[in-house]
Amino acid sequence: MDAKFPNPVRSAFETPLRDDTVIVNIGPSHPATHGTVQIIAELDGERVLRTDVHAGYLHRGFEKECEAHTWHNLIPYVDRLNYVSALINDFAYCDAVEKLMGVEITPRCRHLRTLLSEYSRIVDHLTCVAAGLMELGAMTAFLYLVMIRDYMYEHLANLTGARVTYTYGRIGGLARDLPDGWLGRLAEILDQYEDFVGRVHGLVDRNRIFIDRMRDVGVISTADAINWGYTGPILRSTGAPRDLRKDTPYLAYAELDFEVPVGIKGDNYDRYYVRMREMDESVHMIRQLVETLPGGPINVDDHRCTLPEKHLVYTEIESLINHFKLIMEGPRVPAGDAYAAHESPNGELGFYLVSTGDGVPYKVHVRAPSFVHMGGVHKMLDGYQLADIVPTFGSVNMIGGECDR
Amino acid sequence: MAHTVLEALEARLAATAGTVSFAHGLLVAELEPAALPKVVALMKAEFGFDLFLDVTAVDWLGQTPRFEVVYHFYSTQHHVRARLKTRVREEDPTVDSLIPLYGSAHYMERECHDMYGIVFRGNPDLRPILLYEGFVGHPLRKDYPKTQEQPLVPYRD
Repeated sequence: MDAKFPNPVRSAFETPLRDDTVIVNIGPSHPATHGTVQIIAELDGERVLRTDVHAGYLHRGFEKECEAHTWHNLIPYVDRLNYVSALINDFAYCDAVEKLMGVEITPRCRHLRTLLSEYSRIVDHLTCVAAGLMELGAMTAFLYLVMIRDYMYEHLANLTGARVTYTYGRIGGLARDLPDGWLGRLAEILDQYEDFVGRVHGLVDRNRIFIDRMRDVGVISTADAINWGYTGPILRSTGAPRDLRKDTPYLAYAELDFEVPVGIKGDNYDRYYVRMREMDESVHMIRQLVETLPGGPINVDDHRCTLPEKHLVYTEIESLINHFKLIMEGPRVPAGDAYAAHESPNGELGFYLVSTGDGVPYKVHVRAPSFVHMGGVHKMLDGYQLADIVPTFGSVNMIGGECDR
Repeated sequence: MAHTVLEALEARLAATAGTVSFAHGLLVAELEPAALPKVVALMKAEFGFDLFLDVTAVDWLGQTPRFEVVYHFYSTQHHVRARLKTRVREEDPTVDSLIPLYGSAHYMERECHDMYGIVFRGNPDLRPILLYEGFVGHPLRKDYPKTQEQPLVPYRD
């Protein structure tokens, strides 16, 4: 090792357990790990004996940066946590701030946030399943899923102005209302989704190669999953129907009819199937939400957080001052702390906020599911083949942005 | 309004130590660091708080004790959350590790140690996780300047 460039990590084990085993390094930049993560593994032939997983290569001081910006200015930052489902990050963060401020969002905003959360969940699961399948060589299935995902990205760009990092949530509301024809195109995309996801089911569900790689690989039990802090699809794949949307309903989930799909064994195949079924449930929810979407304003009428109408800013002094104060000093969030958790596509995404009454947060902490999952991922890797790391890691769906913050 | 489990826990905790209150649907208990492992063990064994969600700290620079270590727990059985807070002094920022009770404590305590320098007694592996080997200081402490850089590979002239 060149002394000029010291090793950024210290392995948990330097010497092999036996003299016929070997320690190898995988990552942090490896074509088959989606996400920058480093795994140091001890191998007995092709079998993995133990692993030491290192995260942090994407750490960019998110939480430190948050302490230097106003509550509103953070929204583009939280987008970049789980950048595959940025809208859910937006809404969870806004929900936490609204809790602190005691703001109740409007019915239309609540329904739109629910709808867009589910839409985001589909995008996230499509990405996870597509990447996982591609790593196993299923190129056609990958293209089908990514094609649908791109329709959704363009459709969301039509609403928010960006394909991936939307910055669409606002404290007390949303950036703007739906453009004309948006819901019509949504219905078209959902129909196409069903067509193409049906094809993927046909291609892989009973495919011998797929089953051999996925069944009984990366198994985790419910007790282990809970002990190691797993939530979301990974916990559900073990057979535990734990879903925050059902258990502690937030947004409009209490009004919706949906099921919580669970797996049987907690292996890679179950995680694949749970995600596929969850997307179907999301489509079902989106259709109900479109049916029942209420009218009315999308922003609360509260000068503490909502920006005044632009024409008022230019014509009356009170609105001008209000606008100036909100932009320059930030919304005054009452002193205290709050924790808000949303069911993100990977599990419980929690925001713990501490305010001292300023326009700038005293502390923002993210309970990122990917980070907690990395702490227990060795449970799914140890004892399997070296090549199994690829599908197992794919099915855990580690997102570097939220894991490393 | 609070869940019956939380009310039972409140009654139990109020009798032993610290102040207990409710905030935004969560039970919040402020404890002495020494009481923490016992209270967590009690919560896990008798009140079903089986999911250790999160541990972090708040740096109240200028106050004594300076650091507040904040824990979040969830009960997958009763669907309720609880928050525990404990204050530790700057000279000896030590709390007991929750590794004997929860596997997820390994990684989360490492992160908290990285960012705030809280020492978790009994955690055998407090190597840097989000930071790198040899990083000096704890970046989320309020007296760590935001613009301070510690490049591992020196910049080119």
